[in-house]
Amino acid sequence: MGSVAMEEMPMDLEFGKLVGELREVYESGRTRGLEWRLSQLRGLVRLLEEEEEGIFDALYHDLGKHRAESFRDEVHTPLVAFPATAMVVPEPLGVVLIFSCWNLPIGLALEPLSGALAAGNAAVVKPSELAPYTSAFLVANVPRYLDPEAVKVVDGGAEVGEKLMEYRWDKVLFTGSSRVGQLIMTKAAKHLTPVALELGSKCPCIVDWLDSNRDSQVAVNRIIGAKWSTCSGQACIAIDYLLVEEEFAPILIELLKSTLKRFFTKPEYMARILNEKHFQRLAGFLADRRVASSVVHGGHVNAKTLTIEPTLLLNPPLDSDIMTEEIFGPLLPIITVKKIEDSIKFLKSKPKPLAIYAFTRNEKLKRRIIEETSSGSVTFNDAIVQYGLDTIPFGGVGHSGFGQYHGKYSFEMFSHKKAVLKRSFLLEFMFRYPPWDDSKIGMLRHVYRFDYVSLFFALIGLRR
Amino acid sequence: MEAVAAAAEAREQLRASFASGRTRPAAWRAAQLRGLLRMAAEMEAEICAALRADLAKPRTESYVHEISLVTSSCKFALKNLKKWMKPNKVPAGMLTFPSAARVSAEPLGVVLVISAWNYPFLLAVDPVIGAIAAGNAVVLKPSEVAPATSALLADLLPRYVDGSCVRVVEGGIPETTALLEQKWDKIFYTGNGKVGRIVMSFAAKHLTPVVLELGGKCPVVVDCNVDLHVAAKRIASGKWGCNSGQACISPDYIITTKCFAPKLLDALKRVLDKFYGKEPLRSPDLSRIVNSNHFNRLQALMDEETVADKVVFGGESDEQQLKIAPTLLLDVPLDSTIMKEEIFGPLLPIITVDKIHESFGVINSMSKPLAAYLFSNDSMLKQQFEMNVSAGGMIFNDTAIHLTNPHLPFGGVGESGMGAYHGTFSFDAFAHKKAIVDRSFLGEATARYPPYTPAKLKILKGVLKGNPVAMVQAIAGFPGGA
Repeated sequence: MGSVAMEEMPMDLEFGKLVGELREVYESGRTRGLEWRLSQLRGLVRLLEEEEEGIFDALYHDLGKHRAESFRDEVHTPLVAFPATAMVVPEPLGVVLIFSCWNLPIGLALEPLSGALAAGNAAVVKPSELAPYTSAFLVANVPRYLDPEAVKVVDGGAEVGEKLMEYRWDKVLFTGSSRVGQLIMTKAAKHLTPVALELGSKCPCIVDWLDSNRDSQVAVNRIIGAKWSTCSGQACIAIDYLLVEEEFAPILIELLKSTLKRFFTKPEYMARILNEKHFQRLAGFLADRRVASSVVHGGHVNAKTLTIEPTLLLNPPLDSDIMTEEIFGPLLPIITVKKIEDSIKFLKSKPKPLAIYAFTRNEKLKRRIIEETSSGSVTFNDAIVQYGLDTIPFGGVGHSGFGQYHGKYSFEMFSHKKAVLKRSFLLEFMFRYPPWDDSKIGMLRHVYRFDYVSLFFALIGLRR
Repeated sequence: MEAVAAAAEAREQLRASFASGRTRPAAWRAAQLRGLLRMAAEMEAEICAALRADLAKPRTESYVHEISLVTSSCKFALKNLKKWMKPNKVPAGMLTFPSAARVSAEPLGVVLVISAWNYPFLLAVDPVIGAIAAGNAVVLKPSEVAPATSALLADLLPRYVDGSCVRVVEGGIPETTALLEQKWDKIFYTGNGKVGRIVMSFAAKHLTPVVLELGGKCPVVVDCNVDLHVAAKRIASGKWGCNSGQACISPDYIITTKCFAPKLLDALKRVLDKFYGKEPLRSPDLSRIVNSNHFNRLQALMDEETVADKVVFGGESDEQQLKIAPTLLLDVPLDSTIMKEEIFGPLLPIITVDKIHESFGVINSMSKPLAAYLFSNDSMLKQQFEMNVSAGGMIFNDTAIHLTNPHLPFGGVGESGMGAYHGTFSFDAFAHKKAIVDRSFLGEATARYPPYTPAKLKILKGVLKGNPVAMVQAIAGFPGGA
């Protein structure tokens, strides 16, 4: 049985049993062998291929995601993200827990899972209850494609997550908000459970003067793609707000308006807002009168369909909620600065984001951004695409979290790098041992001046 | 309140120093590392004196285990600094073609290092070396349980490194708590699991990542096919030659077969006699127990009812000097306190099993240690040990020395900790690896954007699956139009 039936037993006992069983399975050595890991990874691939329609369906119901977006962001990334070879050493951590988030509910569950399995662990996936169709999909399908005794899906709400954290895990990966991230880490501290936190942030996008019309159009395409084509802006790496020079702003806004019209000819090309609560949150941003008066495009909201049209705002007050909290929605504030270089100072005054974007051909500006700001990643002249590149680590810093994955980093995230040193009985250095006298100390000192350690290892052939 | 004010002030000053960019250039970092090198060389006598005051540590141990390791750590960092600071280009892949990608290490900012009392010089300075090499500003909180070394560090560091970016804050629980309440970009803690949990809980409030270098019961499995004399020496050296067993990687207990135990015991007794003489409590080469708390703790471990009659060698102690003689115990019950807690002292229990393989079960019934050791010439056994025993690190046919190899990560797993350092790993522990992707304006794939059509989806799928025809189509702007 791959999933837990919530109503049968009190949660405590149920999870105690679950964790105990998984530990037994792990201790049995079942997840260690290369064959098992490869079979799980192949199972994941088959799941994504064979159940593609089911995934699209679930994502459509949960988020109104268009299948193109679903494919690009959720089905695809796990396919390229898992590492090519699983190694027997370094060693698995043991039994790990993965919390996924509601906005990329398949991707954020299965991608880390592929890393955990490649590294030889047993795993529990706790999908977000805010994406119930996807959650149900995972509960139904994961046991069919993966080893149901070593990989479990536990669904349910926040109380389930809390209860799971009462136990010791060998690693926990949490993707979600800072508030919950704090709770997770606090609970993990009781058991010395190592954690990785993938949190949110306001990802800024600097837009420099672009001389050619073609460049400007490309930039606008990519900005729109990174905002409204990505779960309607409900993504940790979506562009949160823009920074542009005062004089460029009107040109950029016109271009954004015309391109938005061309792209979003049908409402179904945009995901909807997750639920009532988030809809109210976003509508609430616009309820602030000072913010409402800064709207230069869009602004219409539909509570029945939980949709908000692409909305542009010009210079909402910096102390308004929309400029202090992560937006996570289809509202795009445009903040103007006198000189584009001033945007760097602006960025530094805010918490470190998951991603910084900049559209510019100015190499000096690029260098300054890299050197003077800190973020999970920096991408020039595009956005979001860094997520699909499995040769670079994905993760935050400071308030946007810690721990990195994707590609080989996923494998490393769920591994313990055990240092192993092999010595022979030959070659004993007498001066290693007491009783100490001056001649021995002298020898040691002499040896140390020539870098004893390297010399030592070189002599016994262990130097790398 | 004074402690809180001091902690806040230290944090603020360092935050400003870091923000000024002072710690970023390679030249600054190298200058600090050279300063630390000079400090270790010029102040050797003073450092040894402080260690002798705190722990009665023999001069040789002070030099070999603390000063020389700090020196080689500095040298290794100086040698590799440029390489570490250089961004690492990585393949950019077809999806973002054309583009360039690299991973660049940047400092985390202002970090807190809390060190332990048993290697009070090494465990304070070594993490600081990593923090500086990675370009951070650092607050060091040395252990108050080693007061002479703490005072020495507070005095020396400002003289040898840039005091605006590297600060020492001395003190006990109130000062440490005040520091932990501040927001840091990383906290590096060496010590025990109980305090480790407290450190992590504080860190959680600010979402601060941590490295916890903790302890555990490091087992030594001794097979019968070994060069016994050498094995005994290496075990003794790792146990009593390391601060009288007060080291996180000291062998905690031995497991061997019932038939081999007498031979092993004999070999150990002979070696101990050779190392420390007939009156070990008077040997200048044996460290003392750090304080009366720990002395009493160790005495109690020995005096426990089910344990007291298992002492087969040693057992003498001198409360005045705070010294306990190297002590061997045979077959203490597994549920005795000495087998449930980390010993951290000169008591060495020997547990016997019928077959050597049973040792794995004993080890795995306890929490994962910082290090596990196996003395054997049986390659099958070694392989199984490597596969089935989890520990921070592992050595075959020796003890403790893996920490001297800068190419090996040094850190725990499970109860013995999280994160690692030494060598490159020290740099990595205090750096953020920032991914940088540089895309061109060319290669605009309109298939990416709405309005979505089946034709576009087909091309997208092809691209994502690595189909070269689809890639060309995508880059050429198919299917055309929006």
